[in-house]
Amino acid sequence: MTVIDNYSSWLSGNEAIALGAYEAGVKVASGYPGTPSTEILENLSRYEGVYTEWAPNEKVGLEVAIGASFAGVRALATMKHVGLNVAADPLFTAAYTGVRGGLVIVVADDPEMHSSQNEQDSRNYAFAAKLPMLEPSAPAEAKEMLKQAFVISEQFDTPVLMRSMTRIAHVKGVVNTSEMMASPVTVGIEKIPAKFVMLPGNARARRVAVGERMRGLQAMAETAAFNRVEDGDSNRGFITAGVAYLHVKEAFPQAKVLKLGMCWPLPEQMIRDFAASVDELFVVEELDPFLELHIKAMGIACHGKDLIPDQGELNAAIVRRCIDPGSAPQLFPPVPLPMRPPNMCAGCPHRGIFYNLSRMKVFVSGDIGCYTLGFLPPLSAMDSCVCMGASVGIAHGMAKALGAEAKGKIVSVIGDSTFIHTGLSGLINTVYNGSSSLLIILDNRITAMTGQQNNPASGCNIKGEAANAINLEALCKAVGVKHVKVVNPHDIKACRKALDKALERDEVSVIISRAPCVLLPEMKKAKLVPFHTELANCTGCMACVRLGCPAISWNPLISEEAVARGYKEKQKGYALINEVQCNGCGQCQALCKFDAIVRQGGEQ
Amino acid sequence: MKAQTPQQKVQKTQQKKQGNILFSGVGGQGILLASEIIAYALLAEGYDVKKSEVHGMAQRGGSVTAQLRYGDKVYSPLIEPGRADIQVAFEMMEAVRYLPYLHQDSIVIVNTQKILPPSVATGQATYPENVLDHITKSGIKVVQVDAFDLAREVGEVRTANVVLVGAVSTFLPMAASVYEEIIAARVPAKFKDVNLKAFAAGRKVSQG
Repeated sequence: MTVIDNYSSWLSGNEAIALGAYEAGVKVASGYPGTPSTEILENLSRYEGVYTEWAPNEKVGLEVAIGASFAGVRALATMKHVGLNVAADPLFTAAYTGVRGGLVIVVADDPEMHSSQNEQDSRNYAFAAKLPMLEPSAPAEAKEMLKQAFVISEQFDTPVLMRSMTRIAHVKGVVNTSEMMASPVTVGIEKIPAKFVMLPGNARARRVAVGERMRGLQAMAETAAFNRVEDGDSNRGFITAGVAYLHVKEAFPQAKVLKLGMCWPLPEQMIRDFAASVDELFVVEELDPFLELHIKAMGIACHGKDLIPDQGELNAAIVRRCIDPGSAPQLFPPVPLPMRPPNMCAGCPHRGIFYNLSRMKVFVSGDIGCYTLGFLPPLSAMDSCVCMGASVGIAHGMAKALGAEAKGKIVSVIGDSTFIHTGLSGLINTVYNGSSSLLIILDNRITAMTGQQNNPASGCNIKGEAANAINLEALCKAVGVKHVKVVNPHDIKACRKALDKALERDEVSVIISRAPCVLLPEMKKAKLVPFHTELANCTGCMACVRLGCPAISWNPLISEEAVARGYKEKQKGYALINEVQCNGCGQCQALCKFDAIVRQGGEQ
Repeated sequence: MKAQTPQQKVQKTQQKKQGNILFSGVGGQGILLASEIIAYALLAEGYDVKKSEVHGMAQRGGSVTAQLRYGDKVYSPLIEPGRADIQVAFEMMEAVRYLPYLHQDSIVIVNTQKILPPSVATGQATYPENVLDHITKSGIKVVQVDAFDLAREVGEVRTANVVLVGAVSTFLPMAASVYEEIIAARVPAKFKDVNLKAFAAGRKVSQG
């Protein structure tokens, strides 16, 4: 065997889930990008015989999957945890309709909020929507569980949730291919109104079916192989699931463990028997005390969140320390260092808009995307950020609350993809109910933060094939915005003029700030000639430094150094452009009044 | 007692048949490729290997890590504080930031490059002087590699990450040929030779 033979068998959780979907015979998959779930659909789109798409939001994505299931094929919807909030409406009623072809929703939680605005625990949705939820621990198990989820879905006539998380999605591990499956369901149009038309009379009957289904699932859980007891020292017994199981195995390798592969519904008898077989029972789970609450409701005494944190990500050290406080090792203490937060890229078009906003006395209602980084110093030009699409509604609400005082002071900013996701309905409301706030659509032609996914405004589909590109100007005009202006964000002065003019109006205005993301392949290929610093001309005024561009650094000088370099004695330093990092956007050049920033080889 | 070479020091780790390698640096430095080459080499040697990384917001020029664990059977994908046997740091301050993950016998391979975080680049903070002293004064072995300069010498500055792979490879049980086969398969054909040169240059530094 050569080294290379191992390649296809070492996969990330998202690659493994995509492979599982392919092997399960999924025919239709839809979703919206969201870290850490994004690469599932990206990978699945490369398999033959599976239709994949990016939907404008998670609600539409799930509805597409429900439709495919109604037509009799196996269907998958993928999203991050907060995406399930958007998709919750179809989810709760799909629980009543049930399925024809197997329907699985993969939802990826993000404990520790590595790339999220909250750390909600999706297991609560399984309880609330009365749906089964599987919870793998690692990539290989995620693949096999996904395949089982489709069998359960068809066997019990139910959508099935599978909970992934950051430490599955973005963990790589050994994964083996396994047999292809086929659904026994007949593909075609079947009219079953009592099952598919959820108005009160039908829904009441389906509600009864949901109750029966949960009892059936609970009985199945008692014997299912994915709920298993791993024998060991019975002084301490651990009930655990998901990634937390791995930390328990690492911290207490000798202990007796009940690993739950299905976190809802729970195998009550199995749990009672396990609890009776150990001296002391510990429930170890990440985030909410979900298992613990239900186990305690069975009247079983256990430790849980009295010891283990209900916030943030766990690891083996935390689990060990919380249960055996004396075991904590002596560590080298952390060294205080300047923080290194993420930053917008050199040449990022968003920077031009946020630079202008940072110099205006406005409240900036922000949204979810790379541009949320406009919050960070030195730009510090974002004043709120709640959820996808919220910027528009929040700006309107503030404008209504403040009345005349709000005029010229409220701006919302939203990306192209986020605007299409859930911002458009906010804009319709702003126009319909009349407030004078300004909306800036940061149109960089791509869903950037999650790693460059196409969206309905990009002109390409998930496979990169040509698709319709929404005309954002026409769309805004169609919902009744009279003042729509397109600006080039790299032209800082022209942008400022457009912003000032829009803020003078008593009506809603939209500014579309249009320039491609610098990470797009076409931008990398067409690399603009970088700028460099004419050091002799730099006066140390710091105008360019205030952009916060990673290609520009401030180099402090003491007076002797300044004099030695031919500067005035009181010059405190000089700015320097890193020509390797510079993407040639030119925003800094427009701010320099001393001709110290010039394009390499002169202007083209 | 004769002083141990760093390579002898880590033999203890290898005898345990398991190890933890922490990669740290700045988003965009090529940590992904470097950690994958090493992971594939460990897989080729027959180890179970897990790697954790973080995507999304953290990638945009922020402090990033990749965590690689290998052994007969690896459960948790996360390295516990105090248990990283090897750290491969792509930037000096990012070597020091993860000091609590190291133990007394850890080996730190560090690229002697400074990348200024926004607070320093905008004049609000200063880059700490002699920042690596925080590690060396704890008695931890540090191998300094000017990966950027070596990469330039072999003719392609973008191979700095492969220079670091070469440097760390001498502390791991696999033969150079294992890495070379993986590098040849992983990089575009026209960059194969320059990457192999970068790998060799890195090996030379840490063996030196």
